[in-house]
Amino acid sequence: MISSLQSLPLSSPSPATVEVQGVSVVYPAKENTVTALDQVSLSIREGEFVSLIGPSGCGKTTLLRVIADLEQVSSGSVQVNGLSARDARLARAYGYVFQAPALFPWRTVLANVCLPLEIHGLSKAQAKATALEHLERVGLKGFEGKYPWQLSGGMQQRVSIARALGFEPKLLMMDEPFGALDEITRDRLNEQLLRLWEREKRTVVFVTHSIPEAVFLSSRIVVMSPRPGRIVEVIESGLPADRTLDIRDTPQFTAIAHRVRVALQDGHGAH
Amino acid sequence: MSMAWRIPLLALLLALAVLSVRRLAALDEHSLVGRLGTPLLFGAWLLLFWQLLVDAFEVPRVLLPAPSLIWQSLLAGAGVLLGDFVQTVLHSALIGWAAGCTLGFITGVLIDRSPFLQRGLLPLAALASTVPLIGIAPIMVMWFGFDWHSKAAVVVVMTFFPMLVNTLAGLAESGHMERDLMRSYGAGYWRTLIALRLPVALPFVFNALKINSTLAMIGAIVAEFFGSPVAGLGFRISTEAARLNMGLVWAAIVVAALSGSLFYGLLGWAERRATFWHPSIRTHV
Amino acid sequence: MALTDERSGLGAAWFRVGPVLTVLAIVLLLWYAAAVWLNAPQVIERTLSSQPGWGALDLMRLTWSMDRPVLPAPHQIALDLFDSVFGWPLDSPRNLLYHAAVTSSATLLGFVLGTLLGAVLAVLIVHSRTLERSLFPWVIASQTVPVLAIAPIIIVIMGSMGLSGVLPKAIISMYLCFFPVAVALVKGLRSPGVLELELMHTYAASPRHTFWMLRVPASLPFLFPSLRVGIAAGLVGAIVGELPTGAQAGLGARLLTGSYYGNTVQIWSALVMSALLGLFLTGCVAAAERWLTPGGRR
Repeated sequence: MISSLQSLPLSSPSPATVEVQGVSVVYPAKENTVTALDQVSLSIREGEFVSLIGPSGCGKTTLLRVIADLEQVSSGSVQVNGLSARDARLARAYGYVFQAPALFPWRTVLANVCLPLEIHGLSKAQAKATALEHLERVGLKGFEGKYPWQLSGGMQQRVSIARALGFEPKLLMMDEPFGALDEITRDRLNEQLLRLWEREKRTVVFVTHSIPEAVFLSSRIVVMSPRPGRIVEVIESGLPADRTLDIRDTPQFTAIAHRVRVALQDGHGAH
Repeated sequence: MSMAWRIPLLALLLALAVLSVRRLAALDEHSLVGRLGTPLLFGAWLLLFWQLLVDAFEVPRVLLPAPSLIWQSLLAGAGVLLGDFVQTVLHSALIGWAAGCTLGFITGVLIDRSPFLQRGLLPLAALASTVPLIGIAPIMVMWFGFDWHSKAAVVVVMTFFPMLVNTLAGLAESGHMERDLMRSYGAGYWRTLIALRLPVALPFVFNALKINSTLAMIGAIVAEFFGSPVAGLGFRISTEAARLNMGLVWAAIVVAALSGSLFYGLLGWAERRATFWHPSIRTHV
Repeated sequence: MALTDERSGLGAAWFRVGPVLTVLAIVLLLWYAAAVWLNAPQVIERTLSSQPGWGALDLMRLTWSMDRPVLPAPHQIALDLFDSVFGWPLDSPRNLLYHAAVTSSATLLGFVLGTLLGAVLAVLIVHSRTLERSLFPWVIASQTVPVLAIAPIIIVIMGSMGLSGVLPKAIISMYLCFFPVAVALVKGLRSPGVLELELMHTYAASPRHTFWMLRVPASLPFLFPSLRVGIAAGLVGAIVGELPTGAQAGLGARLLTGSYYGNTVQIWSALVMSALLGLFLTGCVAAAERWLTPGGRR
């Protein structure tokens, strides 16, 4: 069944970092218009790890891009940290990680991580120091002088994450960042990302089409339906905070994964 | 050497040449000796046969002078040819090339933001590539005089459009993801241009620079066929050819050929250094 | 935001043609202005200084109708072209089409010869590793060399052999067409990937089968752009070939005589005719390409 947003429990009135209200995104086309998002509403609190999951074409990437002001809404409103999406982008309120590393091949790894910092206005020395620190946090110390094509896919994606974290944004948006990697690397990066999130308590909005990944990483899972994109169900995770990859074999994990799967089928079946 | 010996000797040399070249050509892909040595050996044999055949059959100088004669003319005319080189290559070609490429590049960057102007100018550029632009040489002479300035003007017109087309193509080449990345940083047009779009455009710009180097040499030399003061490679070639002074003509051609190759080669070297990151340069050994 | 360009009718026409027309209109405007500016000194000195009270309109009228202007106005060139083409019989040297025919005959002959030669060489190179390693690097290197510089030599050599007229010019054109065609064809004939070649292998196809059924069709997309380049280069070659010996017929000769006698309008007319010829020849090649390419996909 299609339900609307889950609002925050009244006992913890922390302000919403991301507030999406009745957002629709409609593309005009020759024969029929394409509705990527249909009246979607969602609230994301500070420090949450929210996954958007759904089949291809369900609008999860569109929703992410709308929050990031990389796409325009046809109706509805988006607020990030109390600002409009556009103002939030100009105030550099978030870091965005794409499906591919999108590193600039003419810059070394270090220079790539420095890129947003330079645009931010940091001095060369400050940028360099910050960048080195973040590279170390993703486990790439010693690779600063390499060029992107000299690194493996997983390492490139880690550089891209270090770059997104460079100016310490409160909000991190990730669009299927590990989709192109093999499963073993993916598992390792999942664990690293979780540790990072625990340490730094940022708000993360994470798009994926992998159920185990969504369940493992998130504190909340938003299941979406195929076009027109709607939220089918929002599932609270409840897994313990200091979990490791082993938790995937526990019945608690399987139960949540089952709920997600059922919701996905529901959303699919409703059309 | 008597006629009777010549034919068998030449036949023997020919067999030797073919065998040695084939041997080198059969060497492995990765062997530098194989890749560089084969064309060089081939060229050396060609020169040798050229010399021998011209001597043996007493080919008239007008038809084909011997390499030895060309070499002598090169040495004897070195002073004159140096002046020609400065006039044609350094003045007409190089300055015209630099000006034309700069103008084309700036125009490309300026109309990058106007799809309307792009749609207007690109068909004109396509037209310009089918038209014998060298024909404007007499008009340039009328406007700028007989000296190298008019030739450089011809080169400017010839090099402008290829650079414009390639600059526009290069600026369009940056990927959606990378451009979204810059948007997510709140980077404006100029910031994005300098940090992302210009580096991506660099391989295209170099492609145009190389094409234009050949066009510049041709333009500078041929423009001199239309009328020139007393110096220049084109002038030298056409006037000495009319006087049947073939040694000097060929020597001038050698200077032109070497200049052209050197120009192109230097640009290729610069390209490899500046676009070291591009897949086509990376995988090229 | 998706934007499909579904303009129809008038909107679509303006989208395609509008910018070019606008740019052309701007060019014409600038040209007329430049004509006034460049011709003004002579006009003022010769005519107007003896006529008191002359104004801008007089200046414009006179600068756009001079006999030997520094820069002729567009309508002067158009009129001269029109007169030349329609006012004289086709075999008269006063008719620019006559000259265009002379130049294009040399161009076409050279183009055909150069393409054939380039094709033969390309086939040889693709099938002989020796030739590929020894000769092909020189063919590629020769593209960096200003080949047109040898035009005077060719004229002189052929003149000493008693050959003149169309043949020397055609040889120069041939030389210029040959290189782009040869290089492009080698690339094209070698373009089929390992996958396609192995497929032919599983059919036990002979080398001739592989050549005609795989390599040749695969090489066409490479060949046609080079043919367009080749014919444009051939035209330049034919024009340049008319320069050294002061030939009497052909567009290059017209350009030269125009510059000798300071007849600017004649030079510009010859230039425009050369441009039109270049467009026409390249258009013919492009039309042939469309006709020969099945499915219309480049």
